[in-house]
Amino acid sequence: MRRIARVREGLALLICLIHVLPFYILTTTSFKAHDDFSSKWVAPGYLYLDNFVNAWREAHLGQAFMNNVVVTAGSGLLIVLVGSIASYPLARYRTRLNRAVYGIFVSALIVPPLTILVPLYRFMVDIGAMNTLWGIILLHVTFSLPITIFLYTGFISSIPFELEEAALIDGAGRFRLFYLILMPLLKPITATVIILTCVNIWNDYQFSVFFLQRTEMHTITVALSGFFSQYNNYIGWVAAGSFLGAIPITLVYLFLQRYFIQGLSSGAVKG
Amino acid sequence: MPFLDRTRTGIRALVRLIPDRWRNSPAWLNLLYVPALLLFGFFILYPFIRGLMYSFTNWDGYSQTYKWIGWSNYRRMISDPDVARVIRNTFIYGLGSALFQNIIGLAYALFLNLNVRLRGLTRTIVYLPAIISPLIMGYIWYFFFQYHGGAINDIVLLFSDEPLNLLGDPDLNVWMITVVNTYQFCGVAMVILLAGLQVIPKDFHEAATIDGAGALARFRHVTWPLLAPAVTVSVVLNVIGGLKLFDVITALTNSGPGYSSASLSTLMYLLYFGRQDAGYAATIGNLMFVIISVVSFTILFYLKRRETPLA
Repeated sequence: MRRIARVREGLALLICLIHVLPFYILTTTSFKAHDDFSSKWVAPGYLYLDNFVNAWREAHLGQAFMNNVVVTAGSGLLIVLVGSIASYPLARYRTRLNRAVYGIFVSALIVPPLTILVPLYRFMVDIGAMNTLWGIILLHVTFSLPITIFLYTGFISSIPFELEEAALIDGAGRFRLFYLILMPLLKPITATVIILTCVNIWNDYQFSVFFLQRTEMHTITVALSGFFSQYNNYIGWVAAGSFLGAIPITLVYLFLQRYFIQGLSSGAVKG
Repeated sequence: MPFLDRTRTGIRALVRLIPDRWRNSPAWLNLLYVPALLLFGFFILYPFIRGLMYSFTNWDGYSQTYKWIGWSNYRRMISDPDVARVIRNTFIYGLGSALFQNIIGLAYALFLNLNVRLRGLTRTIVYLPAIISPLIMGYIWYFFFQYHGGAINDIVLLFSDEPLNLLGDPDLNVWMITVVNTYQFCGVAMVILLAGLQVIPKDFHEAATIDGAGALARFRHVTWPLLAPAVTVSVVLNVIGGLKLFDVITALTNSGPGYSSASLSTLMYLLYFGRQDAGYAATIGNLMFVIISVVSFTILFYLKRRETPLA
């Protein structure tokens, strides 16, 4: 038995090593000086930080980080608000109309919104939402609603109705039922919703690159892609930029990883 | 706060105007999904209908005027050799990476479901790439695939004189992108399947063992059928993710050389922003809509039917 445990441990270690490799190469490349042509497998034997300084300055990463925070926080807040209240009637009053509405929301889970890019672009221009953070926030909120409503509706349906019934008899209004009784019970599923949607929003490139074209409005991914097409000969800068861009979410993940993994598994198994 | 108080009194007065019979109807609660429905209407439904319309025009993306050209865009699409290639790529990205992700994910999940010492660490590391932006992941892998000085070619050159042109060769680049996508998201399959494995009751395995089933038979007759719901979720999620792949392609090859590594989504982007061919781009968007919904619903239907309820 001892030996089997050792073999398993070795195998686990091997898997870890393989999956860490890209991050190892990223690190060696981003710390290497521009005139160092040694293989990417070799770690530099000196400390060299110019790549980071240049990438931070040239890609305007400071501004991009701020924009990312505003977009992600704003979208997260609205997603929880709009999504949770929308799910309440859909879960509690299953009339034929509400079942149809639920069907409309959830069917959009399958079809990616990218397919409507061309007309959407025109619509954003028409309403003056180009290069605005509120424009991209509203887009993110809309595209996150299907999964949000799906998760909240499923969760609310699984809460017994008795609590609300008692409050109803005590004379509470139906709207008050929601925020007095139900809201506090929604905490665990809200954590799942926030993690599943906000990671995508933080990382988004495919929409931000169309709708946030002005430099002051760039998010991290858009800033990096512009920077890379300009400086793709400076491989150290590209690496340092990627390194900086990946750090914030990696730190959040390492500290809250239990919630990330629980969020994904509970979201998936319930579905 | 006098303003809030006045609003509240105002609302109460308005509510009192409604006849009793209707005032207590639960249908009022439906107001709560109106904001969501409005967002949906403006940002999804309306553009979708406009998109159907644009596909019958020669719109260039910025002029105020365009001509109706009937089915020309659709006829052009059917005979366009680029589109045929791009559809093939999209299927490789969608079905290929879903297949690899789930095979690797299942292997990892089965392994970690055993009593392994470094289980937490392994799970954390394998899942880590999934939370990083696919665009950045593409750039990270670029350091492996580079023709000059790439990490893979450093090894290849130990055995041969010629470096491999991993991203420039149209027969290879699509597969390299699939590898990156697989690496990045096999952790998602692993986490979902691991969660599925953990809800299978232990007694089922014990009962099968008493009946004399070996490890393989137990997997075939106990684990696999009971894992079906988790497999459905994982496969469908990965297929959808792969079919709409965009960021990794942009980061690694920008769809090139030519359109050799483009997916439907990057092709649409290039047609619209690169060639001002908005009418045709909208047509490609509609094709993508049809392909993704048909493929996903077919797979979902097939996998759902396969699931046997735990009686």
